[in-house]
Amino acid sequence: MTAPTPPVTAPAPAAVQALAGRRAAAGRVSLTPEVDFVRIRFAGDSGDGIQLTGTRMAASSAQFGNDFATFPDYPAEIRAPVGTTYGVSAYSINIGQTEILTAGDSPDVLVALNPAALKVNLADVRDGGLVVVDEGTFTDRDLKKAGYDGNPLEDGSLGRHRVLRLDISALTLAAVKDFGLGQKDGLRCKNMWTLGLVLWMFGRGTEAVEAWLGRKFKDTVRDSNLAALKAGHAYGETMELSGDVRRFDIPAAQVAPGTYRTVTGAETLSWGLWAGARLAGLPLFLGSYPITPASSMLHTLARMKDRGVTTFQAEDEIAAICAAIGASYGGALGVTTSSGPGVALKTEAIGLAIATELPLVIVDVQRGGPSTGLPTKTEQADLLQAVYGRNGDAQIPVIAAATPGDCFHCAIEAVRLAIRHMTPVMLLSDGYIANAAEPWRLPAMESLTPFPTTFRTEPQGFHPFLRDADTLARPWVKPGTPGLAHRIGGIEKDYDSGNISYSPANHQRMTDARMGKLTAIARDLAPLTVDQGERSGEVAVVGWGSTYGAIRVAVGRARAAGKAVSHIHLRHLWPLPPDLGDLLAGFRHVVVPELNTGQLATLLRSELLRDVRSHTKVQGQPFKVAEIAAVLASLTE
Amino acid sequence: MGIQSDTPRLLTDKDFASDQDVRWCPGCGDYAILKAVQRTLPQIGATPDTTVFVSGIGCSSRFPYYMATYGFHTIHGRAPAVATGLKITNPDLDVWVVTGDGDGLSIGGNHMLHALRRNIDLNILLFNNEIYGLTKGQYSPTSPCGTRSPSSPGGSVDAPLMPCVFALGAGARFVARGGDTLLKQLPEVLKRAHAHKGASFVEILQNCVIYNPGAFDAVTDKKTAPDSVLFVEHGKPMLFGRDGRKGLVRSPDGFGLAVATVGENGVTEADVLVHDETNRLLGMALAALRPPLFPMVMGVIHCAPGDSFETACRAPEVPAGGDAAADIMALLHAGDTWTVP
Repeated sequence: MTAPTPPVTAPAPAAVQALAGRRAAAGRVSLTPEVDFVRIRFAGDSGDGIQLTGTRMAASSAQFGNDFATFPDYPAEIRAPVGTTYGVSAYSINIGQTEILTAGDSPDVLVALNPAALKVNLADVRDGGLVVVDEGTFTDRDLKKAGYDGNPLEDGSLGRHRVLRLDISALTLAAVKDFGLGQKDGLRCKNMWTLGLVLWMFGRGTEAVEAWLGRKFKDTVRDSNLAALKAGHAYGETMELSGDVRRFDIPAAQVAPGTYRTVTGAETLSWGLWAGARLAGLPLFLGSYPITPASSMLHTLARMKDRGVTTFQAEDEIAAICAAIGASYGGALGVTTSSGPGVALKTEAIGLAIATELPLVIVDVQRGGPSTGLPTKTEQADLLQAVYGRNGDAQIPVIAAATPGDCFHCAIEAVRLAIRHMTPVMLLSDGYIANAAEPWRLPAMESLTPFPTTFRTEPQGFHPFLRDADTLARPWVKPGTPGLAHRIGGIEKDYDSGNISYSPANHQRMTDARMGKLTAIARDLAPLTVDQGERSGEVAVVGWGSTYGAIRVAVGRARAAGKAVSHIHLRHLWPLPPDLGDLLAGFRHVVVPELNTGQLATLLRSELLRDVRSHTKVQGQPFKVAEIAAVLASLTE
Repeated sequence: MGIQSDTPRLLTDKDFASDQDVRWCPGCGDYAILKAVQRTLPQIGATPDTTVFVSGIGCSSRFPYYMATYGFHTIHGRAPAVATGLKITNPDLDVWVVTGDGDGLSIGGNHMLHALRRNIDLNILLFNNEIYGLTKGQYSPTSPCGTRSPSSPGGSVDAPLMPCVFALGAGARFVARGGDTLLKQLPEVLKRAHAHKGASFVEILQNCVIYNPGAFDAVTDKKTAPDSVLFVEHGKPMLFGRDGRKGLVRSPDGFGLAVATVGENGVTEADVLVHDETNRLLGMALAALRPPLFPMVMGVIHCAPGDSFETACRAPEVPAGGDAAADIMALLHAGDTWTVP
């Protein structure tokens, strides 16, 4: 298969949102743990409320003015057997006064609410890091369930760390004893007690969490959680003299002026789809079927009915995309959201949208594969599925989002391309950015430029498949338009009339026209920019998607150490930017880090005839900065 | 191309026929159904510009190409799903789904089930010829057990599905049966289906002259039809037979149906059951009857309208011409935000 290789002409009309420099702290490399940043990981049973603790800590840090990045990591089982290692849920958050782009490789603080949480997470904690454990759970029974032969609190296996042993279970139960809760319900407040303690460690008050609890809960649930939160905070105050714990003082980050809010990629991507539809002047129709980790977008958009969003929870993945195609045929913007296995099911319908030349956005929130794979873990292994995974010569544009904030802009770009060229567009996200939270500087209103849709209404000279010479888009006609009744379908059709045609020459011409849309898109792409570094040098690191943060930090550190390393981030994966080959020619080495077995590397080799160093990992976890830094070090010594 | 929808003259079947040559096999039952549909549409006030035919894959699914309306020939089994998205987006359109026994009940069975239980306002015509025609004659989910075909040389071994029973089981609120050659009856069924607001399911018995000829001879043959077909009508006693004296009565055990002859064994006309199309249980019993022991029931088997899905599902329209950028900013700022000066 040959990629379109168009001439480089005019720059894109697309609004190019620079990824870097989203905050003024950008460019300043975070170097010193516990001075510039603190990485904290909450870990416990999947029923312990760990995710909630983490998101509240993130919200509190946002309000304080820190920059931060988070990484929620939880099992696929809703309530795995209590106390087991596979039931451990964790939430990492990196809080800083400098630009923070990853949740951090090695926590400085681990809060482990049971032995299993300690067992799973201890290896990651940096030497000398603080480990807070709920020793009330270190009973023989729970130690055994976690697979410990002895008690790690007693046998010296925590020697490389500072350990703070607290009977959080008993302290929580004591804090809520006046509410008449049973042991089980009382222990459900453990996460709030822990949050109270951690807020104290960071010199924060509990007011924001108190207000949140007041909004979310009522009666005994609210009051008992408030009591636990305050008790945890007070415990820190009274314990201060013990000397076991030093408090962290992470000042607010110096960030660019503007209005901020804490967002996840699932939210921003949903809002971006809606914003794109609004800018196009179209109603948004989402056809979707529940699947992890894409369901949160269905949830977000389902709450936006009063803003004109129709959500249709279909009977299956196929119906979800087919209904979206029906909606696009009817003159709405059809969108379907899913993850890899669901996108596989949608494959034939994507071909139908290509053949009938209807706009459509398919969102793939990637997770570990193949098959059911790792539903709650992140991976970037659907790139080749997105680019090539259909029968026939059936290519569509593929765009990937880098960060939660970038999801918003990528979604608008996907909508714009789908309408401009009358084509399905694949928008890739992944489990990491879908769930991770970050502070997002809201875009300026001036950056939101409408691109109104024109529907064909003029019967004179109408041919359903006569196309625009520039974009190769066919006219979009709403059924119900007087005088324009016509038939479309998945059978090959005549270049003009759209009637069934099996003519050999016509199939060649139609195939060329469909592929030509990609050439037209490539031609319109803005010239590539380099995210960090010069346009030539020793090493170019080419990344895509959610590895952006880890690559950026690693390249930043290498550059701070004087290495000639540059970072190129690709938002448009297909068609590839036409100037990519020339840009990479200026570097001695090209490194391509990916969370798959080398899919972008394969594309680059086949399209550019350029060898690249593929650096990959498939462990269901984001890259650590150190992993990329090690590759860069080996090339620049 | 279509015609202007404000044309004052009365439309005819020709206004609904496209300029494309019909490519079904000579003698195919689909021709008669096409004609019946083209004749019926003008009578119910339809216009080509506000009518859409959506189909899947198979012989029957070529139907939209022969209509001068809007049409969408989709992929195998998925027409109800595509039509659902279309109808939600534009509820003013008259949306018809044309499908077959393989398309609608095998590969697309799931979509059929859910379109029916949601009660979305689609007129679904399922051409049942009890065979796969376009793929050259394999047995279908409605083929009787023992059907010999290229894929079942020793005779098929799976129990067949009864489309109208399936539809009622899925919760369909309008279920009817017609036949390709029943030129008087079929248009009446189509009119009722169109008038019903919500999902309307019409099984049309259709003869495949190449791969399954004569499958419905008992029902369509003028000699045998009177004794093997019962045309039901709401509020009328369910009588049939050459002399109109056979009727459906309660079975002796009281829980099923039986055929009796008025005037024999003390059976009077008062014993003959009266059709009540609003009674779902009666509908299920009628839908399951088949010759030779029972008549094939034709006509509107069940009709009990309820709320239709598209109105409830659809988001309110956003007023056109609003300031999109301002709306977007309002959304982004609605929530916990903080400002850095």
